[in-house]
Amino acid sequence: MPTDPGSAISGGNSSPILPRIFRNGRIVADEFVFLADDSPLPDGPVIVTLKRFLAEKDHLLSRPAALGVRLEGAESPDVLRADLPKLKLIELRVGYFKDGRAFSWARILRTRLQFSGEIRVSGHFLLDQIAFFLRVGVTSFALPGNWSPGEVQTATGLISNVYQPSADHRPTILDLRRRTIVTAAAAE
Amino acid sequence: MYRYDEFDARLVRERAEQFRSQVMRRLSGELSEDEFKPLRLQNGLYLQLHSYMLRIAIPYGTLSAVQMRSLGSISRRYSKGYGHFTTRTNLQLHWTRLIDVPDILHQLAEVDMHCMQTSGNNVRNVTADPFAGAAADEIEDPRILCEIIRQWSTLHPEFSFLPRKFKICVIASPHDRAALLSHDIAIQAIRNSDGEPGYRVSVGGGLGRTPYLALEVGSFVPRRHILAFIEAILRVYNEAGRRDNLWKARVKILVHQLGIDEMRRRVEAEFAEIRETGMLELPPAEIERIADYFAPPAFEELSGESPEFESAKRESKQFVAWVKTNVHDHKTPGYALATVSLKPIGLTPGDCSSEQMEGLADIMDSFGFDEIRVTHEQNLVFPHVRQKDLFRLWQQLEPLGLATANIGLVTDIIACPGLDYCDLANARSIPLAQEIARRFADPELQAELGELKIKISGCINACGHHHLGHIGILGVDRKGVENYQILLGGSGAEDATLAEILGPGFDSEGIIGAVENVIETFRQKRISGERFLDTYRRIGAAPFKERLYAH
Amino acid sequence: MKVVTANKLTFGEVVYWTSRGWQSSLQQAVVLDDADAERALKLAAESVQRCEVVAPYAFAVRVEHGRIIAISAREQIRAQGPSVRLDVGKQAA
Repeated sequence: MPTDPGSAISGGNSSPILPRIFRNGRIVADEFVFLADDSPLPDGPVIVTLKRFLAEKDHLLSRPAALGVRLEGAESPDVLRADLPKLKLIELRVGYFKDGRAFSWARILRTRLQFSGEIRVSGHFLLDQIAFFLRVGVTSFALPGNWSPGEVQTATGLISNVYQPSADHRPTILDLRRRTIVTAAAAE
Repeated sequence: MYRYDEFDARLVRERAEQFRSQVMRRLSGELSEDEFKPLRLQNGLYLQLHSYMLRIAIPYGTLSAVQMRSLGSISRRYSKGYGHFTTRTNLQLHWTRLIDVPDILHQLAEVDMHCMQTSGNNVRNVTADPFAGAAADEIEDPRILCEIIRQWSTLHPEFSFLPRKFKICVIASPHDRAALLSHDIAIQAIRNSDGEPGYRVSVGGGLGRTPYLALEVGSFVPRRHILAFIEAILRVYNEAGRRDNLWKARVKILVHQLGIDEMRRRVEAEFAEIRETGMLELPPAEIERIADYFAPPAFEELSGESPEFESAKRESKQFVAWVKTNVHDHKTPGYALATVSLKPIGLTPGDCSSEQMEGLADIMDSFGFDEIRVTHEQNLVFPHVRQKDLFRLWQQLEPLGLATANIGLVTDIIACPGLDYCDLANARSIPLAQEIARRFADPELQAELGELKIKISGCINACGHHHLGHIGILGVDRKGVENYQILLGGSGAEDATLAEILGPGFDSEGIIGAVENVIETFRQKRISGERFLDTYRRIGAAPFKERLYAH
Repeated sequence: MKVVTANKLTFGEVVYWTSRGWQSSLQQAVVLDDADAERALKLAAESVQRCEVVAPYAFAVRVEHGRIIAISAREQIRAQGPSVRLDVGKQAA
């Protein structure tokens, strides 16, 4: 299995592997640093666990640097409702690809909670899940080392159209059908 | 029935190509088996006891002649010449090869078919009343909503990694011919006091290790809001369903853990939110567009009594016997529903050879209005046949080995593939079905026993629906040796009940005799021709226990 | 006594670990004690890495008059084919 890309740990017997952040079709630099619960706060943008955020909220929010919160599988973003406008990033950490809660959390962040910041998925997930994550409003991914941006683009483009509406507000097949009818009618 | 437009067709073609690229990545080693397994499962491809098994989706159990013919040629070419119709109205091919599956998916795509979401923790095939469009007692064709749900749930980005599989069923008649309440979401079409169309929605049915019947969570959901309501249930489940234990992960466990009142509260809160966005409101034009596909064929105006039919009955006693058990009244005068039994005595329940599939396709073209249905009891139904054509239809079924006159009777047994085929099984189920059928084959005995539904599962996963059998049999593994438990009193009809375990199990030798003793007890205790199920409900398990276990 | 088995990746066919690699008949299998079975499973894992087979495991057998017999009903059926269709599976070859 790919080594844990969501935090700077060593992969096997090689040097520490930093997450590669995929956003808008490219690998970009990660402006954030993930902070363990007992690590001292550096300057600069950090991501903290939900636990730490709730415990040190005032202090964290008073810092000028961008702040992100990491949610683990069972942690619903509802608890962050009031604070979301002040958060730049929510990281949804998936423990194992079968845990599909992150799809609902992302969706809820966008539609119910109107979050407009970055939603990042990290942890253990499949290349073939990225298309679904994008639809529910995820904007970036901490990719494992063996996927290239090209591969990700290919994987996400294999199915052209979608049946159901989601947080991405992408036109659905129903919308396309209507357009076809309108176009046909206009042509007459 | 529904016909794909360019969008539907493109999606299944692209899906086939996607799987082809996933198979290439697997064969090259780019994907490990751990990474590939969820991908192949989402296309219904299992690694079973002998080979790969491919499960082909048959949405709401409906097939056209072109599709049936294609299943015939695919099963011949790729899977040793036969397929198996399942209790979820899909078709399983037991002998496929991984390297052939991309080609199979393409051939299926050419006839508007696919294998999407026939496995995996997603929304599975949506099933319906097999008599849809033909039953006099239905208030709408349930398949309209099934097709709407099918599209909405296909590759749903939020609900493709649920805690566990999710099964939905829709009926529109007071008679339950689809085992409705055994589904995760059970939908019954109704009208409110103003005559508005809507649905009674129940949640949390399911068989397996802890069987439950679904409980009502929405007493009347207006038609235009039904998708929003279903999505609400799915979101509550996706968020809160257990993910720590495979046997506790279905929504039925969540419902019983929270209690139905709390479940309802959560669903209604979610529903209110979704409804307000209007995102899933069904536009009447779209409902109508889909409904048009399910419009009945152009029926002739016929008399309710066909002289050809009456005279054929005078000609052939065998035809009369088949009509008695296999033919049902149609809502349109002069028409009928004809059930094709896939339970010939001594053969595998639900199996169908390529030749039989092709023969059925021909009949569908000639007499069947190009349509056939699969039932959850592993039989097939011609939903529309002119009464005057029934005799010729039966004459064509006969040489195909498809004219067994036993629907609903003791030899109309449901059996999962069991240990003969399935990697999950603990015991064989098919040989039991074969032997029981042989012992009770005599048509007069069958007629005397009346409606008697035996359902056999080879393991606790209950694909044979043993919890819903009048007599249910569950195969277990006792130190590597097959062993069988008997359950009594289940029903998958509108009088739904879960069968109860009778007592200690029997080995392969003893189980047949035990079933015979159960039926013998019934014959002794029965009054005025009541069904087995009624006798059991009247007298309870004690007389049966005594007969089987007293010594 | 044990035998190691798996399924061929491409075809899904049941195969057994023999002195000449994976073969399709149980009678060709190498009968192993527990320690040898462990070693064979390690080699099988390498075969998995090479994309030859999937899901290897060991199961119990006994030998009677030179014939290898699987002890569980499951492995007996797996070695022969469905008991209800004698015209398909290994038994029909």
